[in-house]
Amino acid sequence: MSDEEEDIILSELNDEELVQQMFDDLYDGLKEEIEEGVNILLERGWAPYRILTEALVGGMTIVGHDFRDGILFVPEVLLAANAMKGGMFILKPLLAETGAPRVGKMVIGTVKGDIHDIGKNLVSMMMEGAGFEVVDLGINNAVEAYLEALETEQPDILGMSALLTTTMPYMKVVIDTMVEKGIREDYTVLVGGAPLNEEFGKAIGADAYCRDAAVAVETAKDFMARKHNQLAAG
Amino acid sequence: MARTSKLEELLQQRDWLLADGATGTELFNMGLASGDAPELWNEDHPDRIHTLYKGAVDAGSDIFLTNSFGANAARLKLHDAQDRAFDLSRMAAEIGRDVADAAGRPVVVAGSMGPTGEIMAPMGTLTHENAVEIFHQQAEGLKAGGADVLWVETISAAEELKAAAEAAALADMPWCGTMSFDTAGRTMMGLTAPALVALVDRLKHKPVAFGANCGVGASDLLRTVLGFADASRPIIAKGNAGIPKYHDGHIHYDGTPDLMADYAVLARDAGARIIGGCCGTTPVHLESMRAALETRPKGGVPELDAISSALGGFSSASDGTDPSTTPAPRRTRRRARA
Repeated sequence: MSDEEEDIILSELNDEELVQQMFDDLYDGLKEEIEEGVNILLERGWAPYRILTEALVGGMTIVGHDFRDGILFVPEVLLAANAMKGGMFILKPLLAETGAPRVGKMVIGTVKGDIHDIGKNLVSMMMEGAGFEVVDLGINNAVEAYLEALETEQPDILGMSALLTTTMPYMKVVIDTMVEKGIREDYTVLVGGAPLNEEFGKAIGADAYCRDAAVAVETAKDFMARKHNQLAAG
Repeated sequence: MARTSKLEELLQQRDWLLADGATGTELFNMGLASGDAPELWNEDHPDRIHTLYKGAVDAGSDIFLTNSFGANAARLKLHDAQDRAFDLSRMAAEIGRDVADAAGRPVVVAGSMGPTGEIMAPMGTLTHENAVEIFHQQAEGLKAGGADVLWVETISAAEELKAAAEAAALADMPWCGTMSFDTAGRTMMGLTAPALVALVDRLKHKPVAFGANCGVGASDLLRTVLGFADASRPIIAKGNAGIPKYHDGHIHYDGTPDLMADYAVLARDAGARIIGGCCGTTPVHLESMRAALETRPKGGVPELDAISSALGGFSSASDGTDPSTTPAPRRTRRRARA
């Protein structure tokens, strides 16, 4: 039984074993252990960006897949994301110093009338975990709040979330306003939330509907890759 | 609670009861703007709420839910109306009382109580005590307005259902509870249908009936109902009329009245005794459900194939109970995996 298992001393593991252990620790949402692991890798001379991508993003990818497949649920993912945040807190200033590459930037918020932010927070955390810079507008955002953030933050992606049938049509209000202002094509618009579906996303003029946070990350990466390809081609 | 509630009386007399359909999507059709609080209409447009309730009753509903889903302090603070939970709940029930008393037959006014929208401790910040207080305020309002029963709905977390049950006990009110199973057969927080049965058994103040509402489509909801098989109290099925589509500036659910009639009959065959719709279910759907329940004979418990061929496919391969979708037990401190 578990009582007979040996406690692991993280610092005694080699790099490969340590990263594997950090995957497990992220999966189980062990924040202190993740912080310790990040510090050990830093001491061993790992670049902050390498720790982010290989240890943290690698681990969160497994969490994301099991969430997508209905093996993990919101409570487990929140714990994992919280553990990752512990690691990110250490890495963030170092990443800024070392000028690490950025995958992309996203502005995200729950629409007006909706206070639900559980799914939105998951997307936010997992996007950060995947190396995106995320500006989180929180809940209850009117169209003006989205437009202002687009103007000041100049993100690649706008993410909108709604959990109620009474609030999901508001996403269309935001997208329509972007079209009116002639800025719709400047951004990739991703939408999500329990009552939505792919057809709904298309009908309101979003670029994609994301079923869950894991799919949101994959979709965002996909759109960023297309954007780079277009730039390269153009 | 020694007295028998109106809902329990009806359940003793009848094999099945027809609940109501949608509230939110119906209010949209009456002109509610997206993002506005439906509960404020209890005060600003009581006539429209009256029309909403009456639509369900005229279509044959034995039970209807009040327009108080979001009338709790946690949700109302968004509209700067956090102090109005009691009043708006009371008004929702008062309008309901009027409609039910004028129906000319027994109709149950069920005081709707939706989730707080917060995550409960330790994962989130909402403590059990605060959640109980939030629900209790709303429950007292619904009781004061004349609700026959409290109706806790669209819940995802076991902790939140427990808090609502405790609030119902404090208000000395009978209650029903339904959860939304919208994530691969489970609730967003990972609860399976059998886990809800076990949870209900552990509650001190037990619900009159419990079950599932909203979620994905009508098929998924019935698969969840089949998962309640071991329950020792009446089961509630309140499924959406298909899935939402966007048409000419408004939301339209694609389930037809015929489809919802099939759904109602299958729900009864699957063991549900209180059957209604959720998002997208209009009075026209309800009439067709009532007619089907009255005229079609009761059949055996449906197989999953029969459900999907009548109502459409499931959103996930499993209902979340098979071992391949059960995670390994979580470690709470660093140990090597066995």
